[in-house]
Amino acid sequence: MSARLLCLGLVLVFATSYAAAQVATDKRRSGYQDMGEALQKMQDDDTANPGMLFVQLGGQLWAKPMGTDNKSCADCHGAAANSMKGVATRYPAIPQGADRPVDLEGRINLCRTENQKAERLPPENRDLLALEAYVAHQSRGMPIAPPYGPVLDAFRAQGEGIYRRRQGQLNLSCAICHDDNAGKKLAGIAIPEAHPTGYPIYRLEWQALGSLKRRLRNCLVGIRAEAWPLDAPEYVALELYLMERAKGLPLETPAVRP
Amino acid sequence: MRIPLVIALLLIAYPAAAQPVTPQIVDDAIPASLTGRPGDAARGRAIVANRSTGLCLLCHSGPIAEERFQGDIAPSLAGAGSRWSEGQLRLRIVDGARLNADTIMPAYYRTDGLQRVARNFEGKTILSAGQVEDVVAYLVTLKD
Ligand code: HEC
Ligand code: HEC
Ligand code: HEC
Repeated sequence: MSARLLCLGLVLVFATSYAAAQVATDKRRSGYQDMGEALQKMQDDDTANPGMLFVQLGGQLWAKPMGTDNKSCADCHGAAANSMKGVATRYPAIPQGADRPVDLEGRINLCRTENQKAERLPPENRDLLALEAYVAHQSRGMPIAPPYGPVLDAFRAQGEGIYRRRQGQLNLSCAICHDDNAGKKLAGIAIPEAHPTGYPIYRLEWQALGSLKRRLRNCLVGIRAEAWPLDAPEYVALELYLMERAKGLPLETPAVRP
Repeated sequence: MRIPLVIALLLIAYPAAAQPVTPQIVDDAIPASLTGRPGDAARGRAIVANRSTGLCLLCHSGPIAEERFQGDIAPSLAGAGSRWSEGQLRLRIVDGARLNADTIMPAYYRTDGLQRVARNFEGKTILSAGQVEDVVAYLVTLKD
């Protein structure tokens, strides 16, 4: 009994000093920190950040009645500044009564189909991204705080498996680039640490907002791996793991990328 | 006389061999050309420089001044021809995992042991035998 207590005590001491060491040596860098000064300024200045136009659009959609029930998001959720504050820091999550996690975009679509009786918005749809950016923006500056539980943990573990497994014709894993070679140059581009802190992002190259899933697909295509269909649970699993890696880092939505 | 020429042309035009021949490995090298012929160094340089064919400069830098965006994940290709013999270079391109199981350098002439390859690349090697020979011929010229 006392041996067990001692054991537990030791584990606790270990765990807390480990956690303290983690904080002291936290060298994680969000993609933002590797952007040039011009892009950082653009992201920081709400009047210059092109992503903010989509946040504004999202704000209009928030208040717009939709679907056969003719209800707006605001009818149920009120002011997003209150009801949506912090929500994006803990997605993907499991909706009540469901058996698997959805990401923020999936949650918004659930509200459309179930609570507004409106049609599902397809991936990368402008209105869907705008609503997502609007909701996520309410958490800007708040630390990522993933939820836990047996089902979530299992999906997260699946995501970590995908992250570490080599795949594609080039036989690379996410970890090879984003853990082992982050900060080094891939064809002149600094490899970021792959923190999902700023999504949806505004990408100058696309002249549009884009989702995290779109980014993940680009990385998969880059290593010539078969990309999963856009509604595949593998992306949600990967997102869960990426959020865990980025736990504690502040959300930045909408981030700007070149 | 005519028919073999047509076949030869077809072989050249065919991009990446679906069924790679199994090259003979001797120690840490593949001494013999995969095609039985020497490669072309100028074509090899173009393959190395090309981001979607050779992909080499994603990870490596090299003495190819016109390509401004080069990688620094892997050692510079400059001097590769004085560090390694032709046969050693050939094995490094064909399947570097034979020398370092953990290498991140893709095997350019191998189709097995890969997972979830995109459908349009399935069963294909990254480079054809002829392209490997061209790249090897170019690397041999990199004497620093
Ligand atoms: C060959 C290297 C490589 C591999 C393998 C790779 N990535 Fe990436 N990834 C990159 C590069 C380079 C960028 C930045 C590209 C840009 O900004 O144009 C990037 C960007 C990202 C970003 C965006 C980060 C930000 O700050 O916006 C995420 C997230 C990401 N990758 C996740 C992944 C995941 C998950 C996998 C595996 C399924 C993966 N990557 C595989 C090279 C890679
Ligand atoms: C008819 C009512 C109704 C409408 C309309 C509605 N929602 Fe919801 N929403 C809910 C309910 C109920 C929940 C579930 C709350 C829970 O499970 O804790 C929810 C949950 C959410 C969540 C997750 C909150 C959390 O804490 O995890 C988000 C995000 C969300 N809604 C966004 C939207 C958006 C965006 C719209 C408009 C496109 C919308 N909702 C329209 C009722 C509604
Ligand atoms: C995804 C990264 C990557 C790509 C793409 C790549 N390499 Fe490499 N290469 C490496 C790494 C890393 C090494 C270091 C040795 C090792 O890890 O096995 C290496 C080693 C080498 C070496 C031996 C270097 C020396 O002098 O010690 C040569 C030669 C070489 N590569 C040529 C090429 C050529 C030619 C191409 C394109 C046809 C290419 N590589 C593509 C990553 C890469």
